[in-house]
Amino acid sequence: MNLEEKLLHGDKRACARLITMVENNQQEAFEIIKNHYNKTGNSYVVGITGPPGSGKSTLTDRLTRELLNRGKKVGIIAIDPTSPFTGGAILGDRIRMNDLSLNKNVFIRSMGTRGSLGGLSKATQGAIKILDIYGVDYIFVETVGVGQSEIDIVKAADTVLMVMVPNLGDDIQAIKAGIMEIADIFAINKSDIDGADKTQVEIEMNLDLNEEMDYRPPVLKVSARKKEGISQLVDSILDHKEFLEKTGKLKDRRKRNTEIEILNLVEEGLMNIIFSKMKRKAIFDEIIESVMSRELDPYTAKDQIIKLIK
Amino acid sequence: MDMPIRVLVAKPGLDGHDRGAKVIARSLRDAGMEVIYTGLRQTPEQIVAAAIQEDVDVVAMSILSGAHNHLFPKVVSLLKEEGADDLLIIGGGVIPEDDIPKLKEAGVEEIFTPGTSTKDVVNYIKEHVKR
Amino acid sequence: MFDDEKLKNLKSSKEEWQKKTIDKAIKRFPERKEKFSTTSEIEVERLYTPENIGDLDYEKDLGYPGEYPYTRGVQPTMYRGRLWTMRQYAGFATAEESNKRYKYLLEQGQTGLSVAFDLPTQIGYDSDHPLSAGEVGKVGVAIDSLKDMEILFDGIPLDKVSTSMTINAPASVLLAMYIAVAEKQGVSQDKLRGTIQNDILKEYIARGTYIFPPEPSMRLITDVFEYCSKNVPKWNTISISGYHIREAGATAVQEIAFTLADGIAYVEAAIEAGLDVDDFAPRLSFFFNAHNDLLEEVAKFRAARRLWAKIMKERFNAKNEKSMRLKFHTQTAGSTLTAQQPDNNIIRVTIQTLAAVLGGTQSLHTNSKDEALALPTEDAVRIALRTQQIVAHESGVTETIDPLAGSYYIESLTNEMEKRAMEYIKKIDELGGTPKAIEKGYIQKEIQNSAYKYQMEIESNDRIVVGVNKFYIEEDHKKDILRVDPEVEKLQNEKLSKLKSERDSEKVQNILKELKKAANEDKNLMPYILSAVKEYATLGEICDVLRSVFGEYEQSVIL
Repeated sequence: MNLEEKLLHGDKRACARLITMVENNQQEAFEIIKNHYNKTGNSYVVGITGPPGSGKSTLTDRLTRELLNRGKKVGIIAIDPTSPFTGGAILGDRIRMNDLSLNKNVFIRSMGTRGSLGGLSKATQGAIKILDIYGVDYIFVETVGVGQSEIDIVKAADTVLMVMVPNLGDDIQAIKAGIMEIADIFAINKSDIDGADKTQVEIEMNLDLNEEMDYRPPVLKVSARKKEGISQLVDSILDHKEFLEKTGKLKDRRKRNTEIEILNLVEEGLMNIIFSKMKRKAIFDEIIESVMSRELDPYTAKDQIIKLIK
Repeated sequence: MDMPIRVLVAKPGLDGHDRGAKVIARSLRDAGMEVIYTGLRQTPEQIVAAAIQEDVDVVAMSILSGAHNHLFPKVVSLLKEEGADDLLIIGGGVIPEDDIPKLKEAGVEEIFTPGTSTKDVVNYIKEHVKR
Repeated sequence: MFDDEKLKNLKSSKEEWQKKTIDKAIKRFPERKEKFSTTSEIEVERLYTPENIGDLDYEKDLGYPGEYPYTRGVQPTMYRGRLWTMRQYAGFATAEESNKRYKYLLEQGQTGLSVAFDLPTQIGYDSDHPLSAGEVGKVGVAIDSLKDMEILFDGIPLDKVSTSMTINAPASVLLAMYIAVAEKQGVSQDKLRGTIQNDILKEYIARGTYIFPPEPSMRLITDVFEYCSKNVPKWNTISISGYHIREAGATAVQEIAFTLADGIAYVEAAIEAGLDVDDFAPRLSFFFNAHNDLLEEVAKFRAARRLWAKIMKERFNAKNEKSMRLKFHTQTAGSTLTAQQPDNNIIRVTIQTLAAVLGGTQSLHTNSKDEALALPTEDAVRIALRTQQIVAHESGVTETIDPLAGSYYIESLTNEMEKRAMEYIKKIDELGGTPKAIEKGYIQKEIQNSAYKYQMEIESNDRIVVGVNKFYIEEDHKKDILRVDPEVEKLQNEKLSKLKSERDSEKVQNILKELKKAANEDKNLMPYILSAVKEYATLGEICDVLRSVFGEYEQSVIL
């Protein structure tokens, strides 16, 4: 059997290898996705984000167990930052889910954020499709909500779960500014700590400010460690899913995401053409120098570069 | 885009001495690799499942309890059963010289003993990684 | 200690020396390094003079041996009265084999026992548990039930020896077994002397043999405190351990800071549980590492003693002088031993022994030269013990108390280490205490950064390890080493199934049910565990009951 056939037969190794190939931008993997794209769209994607130390991985572990109990197959993509200096990364989220590794209905994959230019989102989108073809019912995409590219990834999910912890203090302000708006559900983890109620009230108050919401995100208190509130949290994900499906908003969301995805791919493709036309970097460097020395302005520089592909 | 080497750093068995494993994990990261760290008390089955799902190029294990003769070969044979034969498997820890030939025969390609420099490990991986 | 006038004169004469002598000398012979520092990154000056300890108040800061603040030692006469307890950590394979090794060590002049358990025992698994495969009898002796414990101490009178047991998560179970064995020997529990490590916090931080989450673990610990204060009054109920924290890569300052911070957490937990500080604090003991940086180590022990005394008196309002005494066991540093030219390790261990003795230790384990290779052989263990005996009887350092006191360098370093350790403790307090600081990964991160830095210093040759990154030779590592027969696992499992078929199963089940009930309530678990071991319930069975009630700890990995 070749990789493609193995993937269709639910072979974990083939699935893993194809995700690697997607990450490494190898064409063969995209060909396989092309062949089966008409069968995708069956996995429901849940983005999980929150500040460092909020217990996202443990919560992902618990949510997965709950879905397994309900007879579902689950894929997990856990994203950790790549060091911008060395290109290396330590991917440690799996530690929280080691016991799940052996379950035949779970597939866990760790990914580094690696380079820039939408590479992460392309790789993640690709990995989601591979898991979709592999045949999971739910995909959790877990990432620290810090960088813009990570936020973009979470945005691309069907449901976005924001994990909070009590007593974040000023952090809540920072998060509010960035990604409060994209959350569909709030989970206050470690709710056995004093201050959970206060955090809940704070979030609710923040939500009150936004009157245009068509779906009021529920704010749930859970404890991943004590396994409390997990079933309710899964229910709230399913409620949101049902809402999206009933109102046709799931289609809207996926349409928006598809649009962004295509634009990103086109952008990447164009950039590749431009860079190869510029014979890698030589011409580009010259242009930069000219702009630096004020011989050229950046707008004319753009026109010159665009001309290369016309 | 370049393709970073992916390494699973694993602690099989029950021993909790992870100073070496963590120093190695950090050095590999600093050498530009993607390191998946499994944490303590991993069974051979868990290590193999992680190696496969993560599609790593290298499995690096560390044992200080003396259980290496049992656990290292177990991981190798389970990987082979799963058909994962293009992985580089290496080990480290308090491992007597006498045990090394047997471990290599079992499929652990290199054993690093105390005093090894992290640079040696990095270079070994770069030279011997199979894809 | 010095009057201002004299210090002023000294300052100017030192400056003159600097100008007249040093500057010239350095021009001709530059110093080896631009900056000298201890392993804790305390900068070491060229020369120490009274200036460095100008405000030292002898009576307040140093005092007298056996008196507050115990800087100079916890006993009034120190080694002039009685030498430290020479206690070699040993145990491997089966109870039968370890029993033989203990008897050998006692014949060789060792004065206390120190039991090493294998990993399944330390993590509360019986030898037939799937996770035990390959680990049985490897790093210590396998104990599954009271039966094994009876064999382990066969022919060793428990009213005569003091026994230290390196056991943490299931410490109460092993202590219960020890009490039960003693009872069978006709020795009542109030006569028992010894220590259980019982220090779970450093397991989360550095050593990794935890079972339960922090809360129930702390309850098990305070249960032991309470039970022993009433029934086993001579037993040291905990050995708060910096040893493993140091082995994990901490600096000397971090070692004492994090260990004393752990100590604070235990005292707080016990007070919270309703105990009076002076009821349990006298039975707290500590366990430190001895490294090669001789003078820094000596200063470390002195700083730790003074700091703990102050903490107990000022923070916890202890009234009993015994509560303020930091008594400690020392082990030489395993991480400093090299697999290369292992004979060199004897010299390292000698320096470390001197550090422990000059630092005023109450007991000492010296590592064997072959421990970077495998378990120590009998010959290697004997040399290690002889090292202690030579320092004790031939070196002369035991003849007077705290002989390095008053050294400008030692006193200055003692002050500096105490100050820096206190800064760490303050930081941990700000984070909400040790358990919180562990949860946040703060302590682990600090240690790992030190470990990584240390390794990089070796690799860049900024730090020389003889035989490793300098002065190496080609050598054949095939050495005579001790091996544990893989058959041990089979043997142990056979013993276990035999035991299970012979004991009164119904009684065992009932007693385990009672234990479970007690665990769910708020009762002291020691009496229940004691009855369970007496009926030959296994360690694994007891721990499983507790796991079902308490759950298991999930590690937080900080990299």
